[in-house]
Amino acid sequence: MSYDRAITVFSPDGHLFQVEYAQEAVKKGSTAVGVRGKNVVVLGVEKKTVAKLQDDRTVRKICALDDNVFMAFAGLTADARIVVNRARVECQSHRLTVEDPVTVEYITRFISSIKQRYTQSSGRRPFGISSLIVGFDFDGTPHLYQTDPSGTYHAWKANAIGRSAKTVREFLEKNYKEEHMESDTDTIKLAIRALLEVVQSGGKNIELAIMKRDESMKILVQEEIEEYVTAIEKEKEEAEKQKKKT
Amino acid sequence: GNPLKTACSDGDGSERKIQFLHGTTTLAFKFQHGVIVAVDSRATAGAYIASQTVKKVIEINPYLLGTMAGGAADCSFWERLLARQCRVYELRNKERISVAAASKLLANMVYQYKGMGLSMGTMVCGWDKTGPGLYYVDSEGNRVCGDLFAVGSGSMYAYGIVDSGLKQKDLTVEEACDLGCRAIYQATYRDAYSGGQVNLYHVHSEGWNRVSQSDVLLLHQQYQAEKA
Repeated sequence: MSYDRAITVFSPDGHLFQVEYAQEAVKKGSTAVGVRGKNVVVLGVEKKTVAKLQDDRTVRKICALDDNVFMAFAGLTADARIVVNRARVECQSHRLTVEDPVTVEYITRFISSIKQRYTQSSGRRPFGISSLIVGFDFDGTPHLYQTDPSGTYHAWKANAIGRSAKTVREFLEKNYKEEHMESDTDTIKLAIRALLEVVQSGGKNIELAIMKRDESMKILVQEEIEEYVTAIEKEKEEAEKQKKKT
Repeated sequence: GNPLKTACSDGDGSERKIQFLHGTTTLAFKFQHGVIVAVDSRATAGAYIASQTVKKVIEINPYLLGTMAGGAADCSFWERLLARQCRVYELRNKERISVAAASKLLANMVYQYKGMGLSMGTMVCGWDKTGPGLYYVDSEGNRVCGDLFAVGSGSMYAYGIVDSGLKQKDLTVEEACDLGCRAIYQATYRDAYSGGQVNLYHVHSEGWNRVSQSDVLLLHQQYQAEKA
């Protein structure tokens, strides 16, 4: 029947087509990658090249939800704005009623419940975004969660969403080393290296945000990113030379 | 005559709201090893002693206690509702609720009924990851954190005992329990609306436990003997 493609009801073979189409919309969005280190959490997004007259800084895909949590998304930017706003209000409501900052899991659960609700209401469509939510809990544990349009969420050590997410995830699986996560620089480098696999023209098209324990989110400036990129390229060269020698 | 009529009518016979007599003494104080909660057990309706065996400590959950002063129904109803909320919090967040959050839930619940005649003066006592917690919450909308509270018609007498007893720092558990017991006893001695038994609880890091229940008349004989 044609109606199960328009609103969120089950198809005869058990699919929610609208949710699946939302996931397709996510796949078209620019790539975002997240890595959870031991003392730092990192989110990186692919920055699309902006038009000459466009002000670069008004398009931010990484948003702080509170002092201890921030998120990036892939998919429909306008949908993300709604989710981010609701999450920001909830972070403050939580502080008011419970007198404690949210845990990363709590706010992820909240965002996922909103997304799920929209897959079950009439007259509404699901949100066309997947998000990567990172931060530190009150007790200092770092977390990285991923949510998707269906309203499910999972914890990850490192993950990617959006266009080329599969490639990036494979890169992360190959190159994620538990020992390296002890070092802040290595964690950040892993995120940048993962993004470099899929963005065109290197460091210029990367936006990166990091958060160290007990510090607020810091968005790296272009120069800092270039520093890391140069260091990474140097390491690559060294690795190539070593290979040639042996 | 009809006791309800005396409670509900003014001198000239016209009706007014039921007067809850806050005839009670409840106290709680923080010390090095947690929180001591001590209450009396008398319920009065006017000059009539309705009961000498009221349980004025409400066991919200194994690590949170609430005390009862004001309307008995209001206290026990809302604190049971609080217990339900606390349990749901625990299930959703996979960790115990903090004393601050529990007391805030209660305060926000009753604030919606402000001005509608609720009468509740309670102390929410517990131990959470930040240590011992003690909050005073009432139906006026007050919510105050503190180290020592006494609530009820006998509260002033209780304050006198606890304030002087707490001057010496670092009480042992036994000393603190004795202090709480003594304070309630003294209040029942002078306040007509407090009496019955002293119910004593101790809240520590593993939860609360009921320390003792002592009849004030027996306590009287005990303290008199010590004086001699």
